[in-house]
Order: sequence, then C-alpha cells, then structure tokens
Amino acid sequence: MSSNSTLSQAPVADPPAKNSASWRGLVRWESGLVLVLVGSILFGASESPHFLTATDVFFIGLNMGEIAIMALPLTLIVMTGEIDLSVASMLGLSSTLIGYLFEHHWPIAWAIVAVLVVGAAGGALNGVLVTKLGLPSIAVTIGTLTLFRGIAEIVLGSNSVGGFPQSLTKVGVVPIPHTRIAYSMGIFLVMAVIFGVVLHATPVGRSIFAIGLQSEAARFSGIRVTRIKFLLYVLSGVVCAFAGVLWTMRFDTSRYDAGTGLELTVVAAVLLGGVSIFGGRGTIFGVVVAIVVIGCIQEALTLMNVAAQVQNIVTGGLLLVSVVVPNSPEALRRIRARAGRRQ
Amino acid sequence: MTSTTAPTLNRISRAGSLLRARELGIGIVIVIVFGLTTLHNHAFASEHSVQQLLAGAALVALLGVGETLVIVTRNVDLSVGSVLGLSAYLVGDLFVHYPHMPVILGFVTGTAIGAGIGAINGLITTVTRVPSLVVTLAALYIVRGVDAVIVNGKQTDPTSIPRSFQAVGYETIFGVPWLAVVVAVVIAITGYAMRSFRSSRDLYAIGSNPDAAALAGLPVGRRVFTAFVVSGALAGLGGALFLAEFATINATGGTGYELLVISAVVVGGVAIFGGSGTVLGAALGALLLNTINQALVASRISSFWNQAIAGALLLGAIAFDRWLGLRVSRRLQSAKGERHVV
Repeated sequence: MSSNSTLSQAPVADPPAKNSASWRGLVRWESGLVLVLVGSILFGASESPHFLTATDVFFIGLNMGEIAIMALPLTLIVMTGEIDLSVASMLGLSSTLIGYLFEHHWPIAWAIVAVLVVGAAGGALNGVLVTKLGLPSIAVTIGTLTLFRGIAEIVLGSNSVGGFPQSLTKVGVVPIPHTRIAYSMGIFLVMAVIFGVVLHATPVGRSIFAIGLQSEAARFSGIRVTRIKFLLYVLSGVVCAFAGVLWTMRFDTSRYDAGTGLELTVVAAVLLGGVSIFGGRGTIFGVVVAIVVIGCIQEALTLMNVAAQVQNIVTGGLLLVSVVVPNSPEALRRIRARAGRRQ
Repeated sequence: MTSTTAPTLNRISRAGSLLRARELGIGIVIVIVFGLTTLHNHAFASEHSVQQLLAGAALVALLGVGETLVIVTRNVDLSVGSVLGLSAYLVGDLFVHYPHMPVILGFVTGTAIGAGIGAINGLITTVTRVPSLVVTLAALYIVRGVDAVIVNGKQTDPTSIPRSFQAVGYETIFGVPWLAVVVAVVIAITGYAMRSFRSSRDLYAIGSNPDAAALAGLPVGRRVFTAFVVSGALAGLGGALFLAEFATINATGGTGYELLVISAVVVGGVAIFGGSGTVLGAALGALLLNTINQALVASRISSFWNQAIAGALLLGAIAFDRWLGLRVSRRLQSAKGERHVV
C-alpha cells in the first residue's frame, strides 16, 4: 500500500517543488559561472599581453574543440542520471580506424563515414548493456573505455599514420575564413545551439529532464526511458567518433593512444557547467560557459609557462568548488542542527 | 508481508555460497589460463615466471583492497593512482634527504601520506554529501598536480634509495616475492576484519541501503570516512612499495591505476553499487588480469591485445553478476510464492 501512495503523490506534488528549487539554484549557478569567466579573463589579461589576442582566441578554440564537442552528448547522458566514461577511448578508436582505412587506400570521405558508423555501433553497445541488461553505466563504460582503447591498440599497435589530405588537416592550422574561430570550436558552437534547443525547447528535452528527476515516474507517464537512453549513447558514440576525426586531422596523426585520459576533462567540464551528477538538472548554456572558463584558464596558465600537469590543480579545484559550493548551505544546516541537538 | 527467519537465513547462506563460488570461480579461471599457457610454453610455470605473476598483481591487489572497502559502501575512490604516485615520490625524496632513516619509516610515511589524502576525500564526501565520484575525480587531478609541482621535472635517484628498502620490491622469501607477502598480509587482515568485525559489517549494510543504515542508527558518515582513510592509506603504502620496486620515480608514477584497480575489483565480484564483495575476490581479480597479461606475452600473442581482453572481461563479469543476481531474486520470489501457497 505504501508504495502505491508514493506513486500517486510523486507526479503531483514532488516534481514542481523540486523543479522550482533547482531552477533557482541554476540561475545562481550560471551567474556564478559567468563571474568566474569574467574573473579568469581579467586574470589572463593581467598576466599576459597575448591573452585573448586574435591568435590566442584561435588556440583556445583549437585546444578545447574536441573536448567541447564530446561534452554535449555527455551532458544529455548525465542529465538522465547515467554516465559515459568511454568518450575519449571512442575518440582514440576513431582516430585509429581512420588512419588504418586511409593507409589501406580508402577514399577519406568513405573512411569518415565508416568511422562514424563504428562510433554508432560502439555507442549502441554501451546503450544495450545499460538499458537492455540494466547494468550500471559507470561499470559498463569503464569496461568499454578499456575495450575501445584495446581494439584501437590491436588495429594500429604502436604505429602511427599521417599525411592526410591538406584540405582536411587545415582544421588544425587555420581558423574559419574571416574569423578567429577554430573549425572545431565553430562546429561545437553550432552543435551547442542545436543541443540547447533540443534539450530546452522540445518534448525530447523535457523527457530527458523527467528521466533524470524520476526515472520511474517518467516511465509511468509514457516516456520511453530505455529508448531515449539508448539513443543518447548511440549519439554519444557518433559524436565522439566525429571528435576523433577532428583530432586526427588537427594533428595530422592517427595513433591508438589519441586523447588518452580526456574523459576526465570532459566529465569535469560537464559538472563544472552545473549539470547534476544525479541527473535532472543542468543547462547547455552552463556547459558552454564552463568550456570557455576551462579554455581561458588553461590558456592563461600556459601563457604563464605553467606546466600542463600543474594546471590539473586548477581543473580539479574548479571541479571540487563546483560541487561543494551548491551543497554547502545544506551541509552547514545539518552541522548546525547536529550541534543544536547536542546542546 | 511478515518475514519469517527461515527465508532470511536461507537468503544469507545462499548469498554466502554465491560469494564463495565467485572466488572459487575466479580461482578456477586463473588455473585454467595458467594451465593452458603452460601447455603452450613450459617456461610459464617456472619459478621466476610465477614470482612475476604474483609480484605484478601485488600493487593492483593492494589498492583493490582499499577500493573494495569504499565501493562496498556505494562510493568510489578514483584518486588511488595519483595518491600512489605522490606517495612514491615523497618517500623517495625523504630518503634523499635522510639517507640513514630506518627503512620501515619509509613505509609508515607513505601510508600516512595516503591516509591524510584519504581523510580529506572522506571528510568532503561525508560532510558535504557530494558524490564521491566527483570528489575523488577532483582529488585525482589535484593530487597529480601537486605531485607535478613537487617533482618539478626531476626524478628520484635510485642510488639514494637504501638497498634494504629496494629489496622489498624485488627480493623473495622462500621463493615468494616480498611484495606478494606484504599484500597477502594486508588481504588476510582486512579480509578477516571484513568478515568478523561489526564495524566492517556496517560497511555492507551502508552499501546495501544507505538510508536504512542511517535509520538503523549506524554511524554512516564515520564508517564511510574510515573506508576512504583505509583506501588512501593502502594507496600510500602502495606508493612506498612502488618506489621499492622501481626506484626511479617521476611525476607520472601510477597514472591510470584507478581504472586498473576498479576493473580488478569489479572482475573480482565487488558490486559497483555497493553492498557485496570481498577483498579476497578483488585481489583474485587483480591476479587474474595480470595472469592474462603475462599469458599473452608467454604465448607470443602481441601485448596489444591486453586492454581489449581486460575490457571484455570486465563487461563479461558485470553481465555475469547481473545474471546471477536475477537468478537468485527469481528463486527467492518463487520460494516466497510457495510459502504463500502452503
């Protein structure tokens, strides 16, 4: 009986209250993030005269492009309460395959199509294991993280392939004509608009929020939870394979270890963007700002000759702050309540 | 819906036998892999080769013990690889500055460094109730960054690490590598504690249902905190052992260990959502992964296959666990049904 009553209550009373509370949290979150962005720009400008000059904007875009692109589908997946840690391995597998096919005299266009299909297949594997078998996505995608990278290693071993057509490798050298925006960043911005519209202004987007807030309730209200989750994993596979193509062209090199460890940066960007790891909360706008913040800070530190590994402290610190700050008012309340009980 | 004691007891003994079966199962797989490889290449069963199997699995198994404690409480510790790296360099640096320091102090310091970081992880996780996945992901970055600042492009000089300290990394006692002995002792102690102590049984209760555990009056925060401290401490001890084994440490020591460790733990039958699994299983998982790696080398299959096999194994293990779980719950349900009919 008790389970019945919670079921009937949940859709009526719970979600609106939760929604408005999270909405207020979101407004605060993104305005805070914009402040951090302004701060990091001022910081960068005061540290180096080269910061945010025309070339610098190009390099920030170039460095963040693939990470940014992979963050978009991951945002939707995290929003449904799942996770995909295999993104960077899919990038590596895609980079490997395109090199392998190119080496075997495939036309580059067909090679790209084939790689995107493999991306969809890899995403479908994640999707089947998570939705059909009901396995925890964190364990599944740690498994496919290793599996995809492993397949890449089998295909190419320690070889590397280069010499791709210059019409494609120029994405790593020149910006989009008449702008200072790197191709990958331009693609990201267009994709971000599409993802933003889909997430915030379509039934599919509302379904994703609903799944993240209350998967059971979403299912009972007729949302095809497993199908949406499955398709999101397929989408993630395709997009990450595409990011792998960009990565390969940018460096004009195809290697099995391309982008090793990037998954953590992508996850960090999504969470810093204010997307709740429990699902149901977040915006594409937040993720875009988070990407720009990370890009600006990394660029400022690079201009200051801070080693990439040391920059990890800032990335990690930001990530920690981004989750601790929203939770701290409640933590303080709990601590105070506890102290009060003791007295 | 009155629950009698009989089904509960039944369930416990069944769960127990399943767990035992899991460890036995991994043991059998290890033996099969070992046997097949030996048929192919007799040198695989040589003393030296077996020593390498044990020593190679030791560090991942050690970190897996701590990780098991954390995962059993439905948390995760992604910072173990970074902690291992930092501890390894700091202990090495300590020996450079105090060459005549007692060797045991090296291990104590490493463990203490790890416990300190584990305490910070545990504190943030339990006080702010931020998911440990995020907290320890941040710690992974920050600790590695701090490591890079301290190391500053240098590396430890192997000649300044005392011989007796390094001996732990490569020497054997009665034919068993010291590394394996140290890790076996840790497994034995932790394994016993996890079976027999009330406080450790709390970890399983917390992982099975955190809310119920809190309502039942278990000190959830304190127990989870302790699990993180133990995980950190063992990763720190792992760092000291890593130094003893390799002697030359730069800022990248232990990079990527977190995924190896979690793979081993999950292959070893520890449920990623908490509540079940043993440290022995986790250690056997580490041994299995290393045995497969070495078997590939011994069978002259390219080591490029390592990762793909490890990934497939991990996926197979969780799918198998799921299948077992479904079977057990179905059996429990049908048993319940019969009870009602009677």
